[in-house]
Amino acid sequence: MPPKPPVPRSLQRKPAKPGANGNGAKPSMKDTAVEVPVSVVGWLDERSGASPFLRGFLYRKVPKGTNWFYTLGSASMFAFLSQAVTGVFLAMYYDPDPTRAYESAARITNEIFLGELVRGMHRWGSTVMLLLVFLHMGRTFFFGAYKYPRELNWIIGVILLVLTLLMGFTGYLLPFDQRSFWATVVGVNLNSSGPVVGPYLADFLRGGPEFGAYTLSRFYAMHMLLIPGLIAALIGAHLYLVAKLGTTAPPWLKAEKSKALSKEEV
Amino acid sequence: MAEQKKNPRQRKPRYTADRGIAGAYEGETVTRRRLFEGGAQAAGGVAVAAFGLPALGFALGPMFEDQLEDTFQDVGPVEDFNTEDYVPKVITLVPETAEAGKTTIYVRKTVPASEQETEEQKLDARNEDQPYVAISTRCAHLGCPVRYVTASKRFICPCHGGVYGFQGQVDGGPPVRPLDRFYTKVERGRVLVGPRFSLNSKLERFAPRDPSNHLDGLWQYLYPSRPST
Repeated sequence: MPPKPPVPRSLQRKPAKPGANGNGAKPSMKDTAVEVPVSVVGWLDERSGASPFLRGFLYRKVPKGTNWFYTLGSASMFAFLSQAVTGVFLAMYYDPDPTRAYESAARITNEIFLGELVRGMHRWGSTVMLLLVFLHMGRTFFFGAYKYPRELNWIIGVILLVLTLLMGFTGYLLPFDQRSFWATVVGVNLNSSGPVVGPYLADFLRGGPEFGAYTLSRFYAMHMLLIPGLIAALIGAHLYLVAKLGTTAPPWLKAEKSKALSKEEV
Repeated sequence: MAEQKKNPRQRKPRYTADRGIAGAYEGETVTRRRLFEGGAQAAGGVAVAAFGLPALGFALGPMFEDQLEDTFQDVGPVEDFNTEDYVPKVITLVPETAEAGKTTIYVRKTVPASEQETEEQKLDARNEDQPYVAISTRCAHLGCPVRYVTASKRFICPCHGGVYGFQGQVDGGPPVRPLDRFYTKVERGRVLVGPRFSLNSKLERFAPRDPSNHLDGLWQYLYPSRPST
């Protein structure tokens, strides 16, 4: 190795002055820099009281036997976050006008930088999210985690499942090609087949008796504002209840007998 | 207070003065705190209703508003059509939606009463006041576009296998009622096509219904006519 060039004088570390820092020196730039994030976090924590809350929320005790199946809920939530982020950015290029929707969606895929990737993540991410939500529901069911006192969380979860399905239904129309158009026509008419309220539901979805000028923008508004807002709020309630009630042990684990109790039996 | 503890079911005294509240007025039954609590809740409710109700009405309005225009469109001269076979024509249902608002319809001349010979032709007597039969291609099952097959004189749906006869009545598959039709009239030698109407299995006319809505027997009462049509 050739010898390193000498460091310029201005960048050379000055020898510590006696006195401060135990020996009289001012704290070095590095020491100050290290302290900045610590003091920022401390400033926030002191004013928000976040750390006791976060400690209780993130470091709560979990039962013995907790395994990979218990990550399906977080995975569903991260799938939702991915959908939210990609969806927000897709909305920057998408135009919910019946005469321009198809072209704008095609432009995202074919022309815009990384458009194909982001649209693909959103499109396949929707399938992944539904799969994860179903697996999460299956885990809850087969582990008996819906039982007392977690029934309310099961109910919230079922509403979240329905809302996720509605996201799929309303999002499917947005590319506005033949497939999505006719699938939505059939889907709306399926709603209409319900007795008494069905036809009104279909009118609500279409914004009238025909697939009209505002049907696409109605679906768009539901897809990106109404339903995601509800989902985000309900995920909050879902998580609150998980943190409050804790998780259940897998059903194959039997409760350990307390030694103190068995002694008393004798 | 001591007496109240003995019997928890005993109601609080009616007057605040009797409850030992400092500064109670004579004859006062609602404490100031209760009154202000209720007032604050009511004010909040009014504030939410002030933006919530108009927003809800805004979103639901189209369900209760007649939006179908009663206009007639020209589909061609009378010479274009005959009593034997359907001729496909494209009409516009919703002008603002470009291609998505257009639809194909099948048009033929109604067989005049004097020329009705076969059973099939005699069914035309049910809608005699209409000079032309303009059949909608919206399948009565779930709304896919049906096509007319001249060789078999049938309408066939590509989605779930619905089959309709020459009059648009159900011959097979899942559809619950015949194909919809449009009102027709003739003006200055041109055929005009107007608003949609639905039919039951006896080819009796009803206000337009969505696909999948029954119009026969007791079922028809579960799918009444809607204000939007």
